[in-house]
Amino acid sequence: MALLMVSLFAVGLYMTDLGYYDSLYHVLPWWHKSFGLLVMGLLLFRIIWKISNTKPAALPTHKPWEVTLATWTHRALYVLIFLIGISGYLISTAKGKGIEFFDWFEVPAFQELSADATDLVGEIHFYLAWSLILLAAAHAAAALKHHFIDRDDTLKHMTFRKQR
Amino acid sequence: MKRILSTALLATALPFAANSFAADYTIDTKGAHAAINFSVSHLGYGWVVGRFNEFEGTFSYDPEKPDESSVEVTIDTSSIDSNHAERDKHLRGGDFLDVDKHAEATFKSTSFKVSDDKKATLVGDLTLHGVTKPVTIDVAISGMGKDPWGSERAGFSGTTSINLTDYGIKNILGPVSETIDLNLYIEGVKKK
Repeated sequence: MALLMVSLFAVGLYMTDLGYYDSLYHVLPWWHKSFGLLVMGLLLFRIIWKISNTKPAALPTHKPWEVTLATWTHRALYVLIFLIGISGYLISTAKGKGIEFFDWFEVPAFQELSADATDLVGEIHFYLAWSLILLAAAHAAAALKHHFIDRDDTLKHMTFRKQR
Repeated sequence: MKRILSTALLATALPFAANSFAADYTIDTKGAHAAINFSVSHLGYGWVVGRFNEFEGTFSYDPEKPDESSVEVTIDTSSIDSNHAERDKHLRGGDFLDVDKHAEATFKSTSFKVSDDKKATLVGDLTLHGVTKPVTIDVAISGMGKDPWGSERAGFSGTTSINLTDYGIKNILGPVSETIDLNLYIEGVKKK
């Protein structure tokens, strides 16, 4: 999911600067929208998973403020992903047309937006995406700090690797 | 008393009514009997057709003295509509209309010359993207007269072409899309 979102961010920046005659002009936005919708689906699944399963316990070596910070960072990441997804959806459906989810089906539009509102939502999409990437980078840096400087199992907790 | 007053009012109003035969009209955007449409070649193969949904204007027209006609129109550039959410967003942005900086486009006529009873040439200054250039519009005089609801109306249509780069808009669409054809439809309701 993290990898998906970093790709979406990079493609998002790249595709909006493409020239009209670039062969990727239509393809990249199409992938961007499909994968964006996929991330929204995964986010939903993840939140349901989080609610219905016990949370992995924090390492005993973590200080209380580190645990609190991590918890709030997780929440902020989820909120940011959600808002970025919604704002992206609002841009593409501003004229009442749905968004294709790969070649599979179309996610319908539920509303239309005025020109001013669409442009504002576009700005929001852009700045929230930057916020997400910066916050995720800080979060990853913190995890690496635990791994290499504190030499604890935090990173292994975050990845699929089993604990010893 | 009432009758005397209204007669007096009528008497003072009459000479004006006779004088102002060169009637002023409000363009009927409210009833959507006017349209500013454009078409641009797509790749040299097909066309993109769009419109500006929000504009307003007035004109003055007297068939007896057509040369004294004039027209003024103000267009809300953010109302551009090519029936495609992302393209319209792009058209509003810095690559094209830059509507944050140039919220309005205006047209003010400078001359109107009738060539026969159905055709005329309208010249005026078009301000678009902050740049003002003269444009010449071929006008067809559609018709005029009473409407069924107690007003008088006059209608015209016009065509012209403009070049993006003349108005400081970089043409990122290629040479085939340099020229924008404008199709204009104007109907006015006579001011009372």
